[in-house]
Amino acid sequence: MTEHPSQSVKFYQTGTHTVGNRLLDETKRTVQASVDRSNAITSGHRACQGCGEALGARYALDSAMRATDGQLVAVNATGCLEVFTTPYPETSWQLPWLHSLFGNAPAVATGVAAAFRVKGRKDVRVIAQGGDGSTTDIGFGCLSGMFERNDDVLYICYDNEAYMNTGVQRSSATPPFARTATTQAIGEAPGNVFGTGKNLPLIAMAHNIPYVATASVADLHDLEYKVTKAMGMRGARYIHILVPCPLGWGSASDATIQVARLAIESGLFPLFEAEHGEVTQVSKIRRRVMAEDYLKVQKRFAHLFRKEGKDVDKIAVVQRMADHNIKRFGLMDEETAQ
Amino acid sequence: MSNTDPKLPYAITLDPGTSLANHTGSWRTFMPVYRDALPPCNNACPAGENIQGWLYHAEEGNYQAAWNVLVQDNPMPAIMGRVCYHPCESACNRKDLDEAVAVHAVERFLGDEALKQGWMPEATHADTGKRVLVVGAGPSGLSAAYHLRRLGHAVTIREAGPMAGGMMRFGIPKYRLPRDILDGEIARIVNFGVTLELNQKVEDIPAAFESEGFDAVFIAVGAHLAKRIDIPAHAAGRILDAASVLHDMETSPEPLQLGRRVIVYGGGNTAMDVARTAKRLGAEEAMIVYRRSRTEMPAHDFEATEAEQEGVLIHWLRTIKHIDETTFTVEKMEIDANGRPQATGEFETLEADTLIMALGQDVDTSFLQSVPGVKIARDGVVDVDEHMMTGYTGLFAGGDMVPSERTVTVAVGHGKKAAHHIDAWLKGQTYVKPAKHPLAAFDKLNTWYYDDAPQLVQPQLDIIRRQTSFDEVIGDLDESTALFEARRCLSCGNCFECDNCYGVCPDNAVKKLGPGKRFEFLYDFCKGCGLCAAECPCGAIDMIPEAS
Ligand SMILES: Cc1cc2nc3c(=O)[nH]c(=O)nc-3n(C[C@H](O)[C@H](O)[C@H](O)COP(=O)(O)OP(=O)(O)OC[C@H]3O[C@@H](n4cnc5c(N)ncnc54)[C@H](O)[C@@H]3O)c2cc1C
Ligand code: SF4
Repeated sequence: MTEHPSQSVKFYQTGTHTVGNRLLDETKRTVQASVDRSNAITSGHRACQGCGEALGARYALDSAMRATDGQLVAVNATGCLEVFTTPYPETSWQLPWLHSLFGNAPAVATGVAAAFRVKGRKDVRVIAQGGDGSTTDIGFGCLSGMFERNDDVLYICYDNEAYMNTGVQRSSATPPFARTATTQAIGEAPGNVFGTGKNLPLIAMAHNIPYVATASVADLHDLEYKVTKAMGMRGARYIHILVPCPLGWGSASDATIQVARLAIESGLFPLFEAEHGEVTQVSKIRRRVMAEDYLKVQKRFAHLFRKEGKDVDKIAVVQRMADHNIKRFGLMDEETAQ
Repeated sequence: MSNTDPKLPYAITLDPGTSLANHTGSWRTFMPVYRDALPPCNNACPAGENIQGWLYHAEEGNYQAAWNVLVQDNPMPAIMGRVCYHPCESACNRKDLDEAVAVHAVERFLGDEALKQGWMPEATHADTGKRVLVVGAGPSGLSAAYHLRRLGHAVTIREAGPMAGGMMRFGIPKYRLPRDILDGEIARIVNFGVTLELNQKVEDIPAAFESEGFDAVFIAVGAHLAKRIDIPAHAAGRILDAASVLHDMETSPEPLQLGRRVIVYGGGNTAMDVARTAKRLGAEEAMIVYRRSRTEMPAHDFEATEAEQEGVLIHWLRTIKHIDETTFTVEKMEIDANGRPQATGEFETLEADTLIMALGQDVDTSFLQSVPGVKIARDGVVDVDEHMMTGYTGLFAGGDMVPSERTVTVAVGHGKKAAHHIDAWLKGQTYVKPAKHPLAAFDKLNTWYYDDAPQLVQPQLDIIRRQTSFDEVIGDLDESTALFEARRCLSCGNCFECDNCYGVCPDNAVKKLGPGKRFEFLYDFCKGCGLCAAECPCGAIDMIPEAS
C-alpha cells in the first residue's frame, strides 16, 4: 500500500512539504520534482497568471501519467481548462485528449473505457475531468450514472467555485456570501445565499464507489499520493481538487497556493480519503487559522470587511462551517483542538 | 496547413499545433529573478564564517567538505564551537520559528571530527618569499599566522609564555575548553607550516624590521594587566587577582589553595570562571560581589546560570567598602534611571578568607611606547586604522589590544582581516572586502515549508562532577544529532534546490538544471504571476518590475 506522505520523513530540513528536497530519497520526491515529468499541459496555454486550475490539472495528470506509464486518455468537459488549453488549432495537451460537450464528459469517458475494454487494452486508463460547473451542475446526471454503474474511470473535478470562463457566474459549488456576477454584493444578503449548493465529495461517497478523495494545490505530496492510489484501483473513482482562481476570487496571482492552504488550515476545505463510502484517512491541520484569515484575502468576500466594520455575524457563520468540519472529520488532535 | 490526409476523421481541417508557439511572456509586468542574499548568521559572525555554506555540506553528511569551508575563515572550529558566544545564533532566523540552529554545537562536532580524523586544511597560495613576524600566540596571532601562511607568506610567531594559546589557555578554564582540544588545534596550525617560538618576549619592534628583516609585523599581545582598585582595609586578608589565579591554574604543579570562603569581585566572564574554579578547588563558599544587577553584567546570562547551578552565590548590587581581616563590609547599590549603580547608604557584612579581583585587564603597552607613530588610545588600547595598521608603517595589530569586544571570535576575525591587509600591503595593494549581499530577513522566508524541529540539547555533566572536577561541562552532539541540527538550517536567502519554483509554476516556465546547478526561468513563457517567489521557502527569488 502507498503510504500517506505526511507519515514519513519528519527530520529532514523540509520534510515532505516542499516539491523536492536534495536530501530526500528519489522515490520520496514528487513527480513534479522530476525533470522527466510529462508536463501534461505544456507552456503557452492561456490560463490567467497564477491559475490554480492549470497547476492542479498538471499536478494530477503528471502523476497519473507516471502511475500508468503514460498509457492514459483524458476526456474533458467544457470549461476554463478546456478553453485555455485548446484555442483551435493550438493545444497544450501532451496526452491523448478529447472534448465533447459541457455535460457529458463522464459518459464519454465511460465510452472510451468501454472501447479499450473491448479492444483488450487493459493497460490504457481513462480520466474524465472538468470544473465545478460541469461537475456539480451541468454534468451531474452523467456523473452520478458513471458512479452508479461503477465504470472504470477516475473523474477529477477542479473546483474553483464558480463559472470562471464565462465571467464568474455562481455554480452549486459557490460558497455562501461569495460575490459572483450573479450573486452581487448588494442588498440585505450580499453574495451567495447561505445553505444552498452541493458537497460533491459526500455525494460521491453516497454512491459507495471504491474511492473518493479531496486534494488541493497547497499539498502536492498529498495530491500525488491520492491520484497515484486512485490509478492503482479499478471502477469509478472521484477526486475533488480545490483550485483557487485569482480572477474570480479576487486574490493576488502569487497567492493561489497560500489561499488554498488557508482553506485547508481553517478547516473550510477538509482533506480526506474515503473507500466504499467510509472515510479512511484525514490530513490533520498543521497550523490552524481562522475562517476570517481565509476570507479576508479574497475580494469576493470584501463586503464582509467593509470600512464601516466587519460583518461579524456572517464571518461567524463561516467559522461555524469550519468548526463543524474540524469536528466531523477530526481535522485536529484532541489536545490541539482546544 | 489544411488537412489532405484521407485517414484523418471528418471535420478536422487544420493540423493541431502546439501552444508553445504562444509566447505568454509578453503578459508579464513583473519578472522573477534568482538572487543570493546574506544569511543573518554569516552577517553576525565576527570571524566572518560562511556558516550557511558549511552547514550545507554538513546537512549531506559530508563533514570534511563542511570543515574545509569552515577553515577557510577559522582555523580553530573545535575551540570556537566551545567558547564562542555565538552571535550567529542570536541573529539566526530560525529563532523566530522555534529556536535558533545550534551552530556552535555543529561547529564543535566538525572540529572534533577533524582532530579525530587528522584533517588538514588545503594550502591555497604559492610561496611569496615574504616574511611576517607575529607577536603573541593567542587566538588573534594564531589566526593571523594561519591566514598569512595560506596566502603564501613565511610566518614566525613569538610568544612570551611557555605555551601557546593566550587567554584560551591562561584564562578560559579546562572545564569549558579541554586542553587536548586546544593543543590539537594549535599543533595543526604549526604543522600547517608556521614557526612557533615559545618563551620569546618581543621587546624591540623596530629591530624586527631592521636587524631581522621581517617584511611586516602583526602584534596581538592581548590584555593581561589586572585592573586594581584600592579598598580601605584595617588589616587586609589575602587579595589575589583573577588573571593570575587562572594563569597559575595552568602553570602551578601543586593544586592552588584559595581558602574556604572566597569572594570574587566583578561581573564579567572572568569573575564567573574564577568563582567556578574556586568551587572546583574545594571552596565551601564561592561568592561573587558585583555592583550592578544581572541585567547590566558583562558576563553572559548562561555563564551566571551555570555558576549558580554549581553553587556559586552571587551578591548583586553590592560594593566592597571596607575589609577587616575576614570581614567584608559591603554597601547596597541601586540602579538609577541612567542604568548606573548608586550608593544607598545601607551596609551589610560578608565573611571570607580570600578576595579575588576580577575587574578586567589592561593592555601592557610599555614595549610600544618607544615605537614611532604608534598611538595609544585613552583607555590604554592601541589605535589602528581601517587596514588594522598602527601608526608605524608595516606594523599591524589586533585582538584584545585594539578597541574590540574582547572575545576569541573577534580576535580570530581580526587575525584574518589583518592577514588580508598585510598580504595586500606586501604586494603594494589595498585589500577590498567583497561587497555584501542584501540581508535575508525573516519576512522574506516562507516558513510553511520547514518541518517543526526544536533545537537539540547538548548533554551536561552531572552537578557533582561539575563541582569537584575540571571535566568538560557541556557534552558533544553525536553524529546523528549533529546531522539533525545541521538540517534545521533554513538556508536563508540562498537556493537549496527544494524544487518548489520548478513545481509551482502553472506555466512550466522554470527549467531545472540538475543537482548543484539550480534553476533557470524561461522568460518566453513566464507570465509573472509570482507564485515561485511567494512559495520559495528561503526567499531566493525576487520579483522586479519589467523594463518598459
Ligand atoms: C577568564 C576568561 C574567560 C574568557 N572566556 C571567553 C569565552 O568563553 N569566549 C570568548 O570568546 N572569549 C573569552 N575570553 C576572552 C578571550 O580569551 C580574549 O578576548 C582572547 O583570548 C584575546 O585574544 P588575543 O589573541 O588578542 O590575546 P591573548 O589571548 O591574550 O593572547 C596574547 C598572547 O600574547 C602573548 N604576549 C604578550 N606580550 C608579548 C610579547 N611582548 N611578546 C610575545 N608575546 C607576548 C601572551 O603571552 C599571550 O599568549 C575570556 C577571557 C578571560 C580572561
Ligand atoms: S537558519 Fe541557517 S542560514 Fe538562517 S540564520 Fe540560522 S543558521 Fe543561518
